Amino acid sequence: MEQTTTLDHSADVYEPSLTPDSLGKLGMWLFLISDAMSFGALLAAYGAIRAGAAEWAPPSEVLGINLTAGMTFLLICSSVTMVKALEAIQNGNQSRMCTFLGLTILGGLIFLGLQAYEWTHLITHGLTFTTLPHGMSGSTLFGPTFYTITGFHGAHVTGGVIYLIVILIQGLRGTYTAENNHKVEILGLYWHFVDLVWIMVFTFVYLL
Amino acid sequence: MEHAHKEHPKYMRIFVILIILTIAEVAVVYMPFPKIVIALLLIGMACSKALYVALYFMHLKFEQKTLMVIALTPFIICVFLVFMLLPDLMDGARHEGAKAESQVVDASH
Repeated sequence: MEQTTTLDHSADVYEPSLTPDSLGKLGMWLFLISDAMSFGALLAAYGAIRAGAAEWAPPSEVLGINLTAGMTFLLICSSVTMVKALEAIQNGNQSRMCTFLGLTILGGLIFLGLQAYEWTHLITHGLTFTTLPHGMSGSTLFGPTFYTITGFHGAHVTGGVIYLIVILIQGLRGTYTAENNHKVEILGLYWHFVDLVWIMVFTFVYLL
Repeated sequence: MEHAHKEHPKYMRIFVILIILTIAEVAVVYMPFPKIVIALLLIGMACSKALYVALYFMHLKFEQKTLMVIALTPFIICVFLVFMLLPDLMDGARHEGAKAESQVVDASH
């Protein structure tokens, strides 16, 4: 009789619903949510400025859509390689994870390179904080809003690449296994979020 | 193990869907539709792309429902923000329009 009561009690032992692993994931989600609101505010401000302007130069003429469509393709690819890296380590394959993390870093670096090329091209063609390209008419706020939003996103990609490199170094040292890979999953959340934001930026800033 | 199996949806299928939607988005811009139709199509496609990334790549579909509610909050707040800005936007457009016209008049002098 006494034994059953102790058994019953052992079933009631306090089990924290937030384990160190799930705590990390929740933390990243909370960060991403606040970050999403920053991007949301930036895009809403862009919309307000654009709607309030008497004339707005057509983005598809000022900015190149084809190059940015390629950049979108690149980020989606790097999201897939990220997801493959997580899949590999969940199956216990460390070298495969490192290969895919490396490919994800490569995707991020090419994206940043293309963005640097795009900015250089636009600045030399006259799109700055105070001017529009020659022959274009419209509000000069085009430049500031464009550089603020794409720059804020580019900073996130830069941070993501550094984050990826740190996790890759740990992965090469053999830190992650089939049982211990939550940090790779949390990294994935961040990287996919950066991809998700770019999907929105591409649509609202370049296409609309 | 069955848990691990559940976490691997068909990523390649999601990838193909995302690529097709991206191509469709670029194509729609060049279509001779009214502007409002293009805008609605673009926003719809962008939101479905974002949803695919969140649900499958970020595994939101396979997490607890609470997390989905948490993840939805910024979206709802942003929609609120846009609606709260709307009256000002309409005013702003009229005001700026008037200002630009007066500037044009000034310049012609």
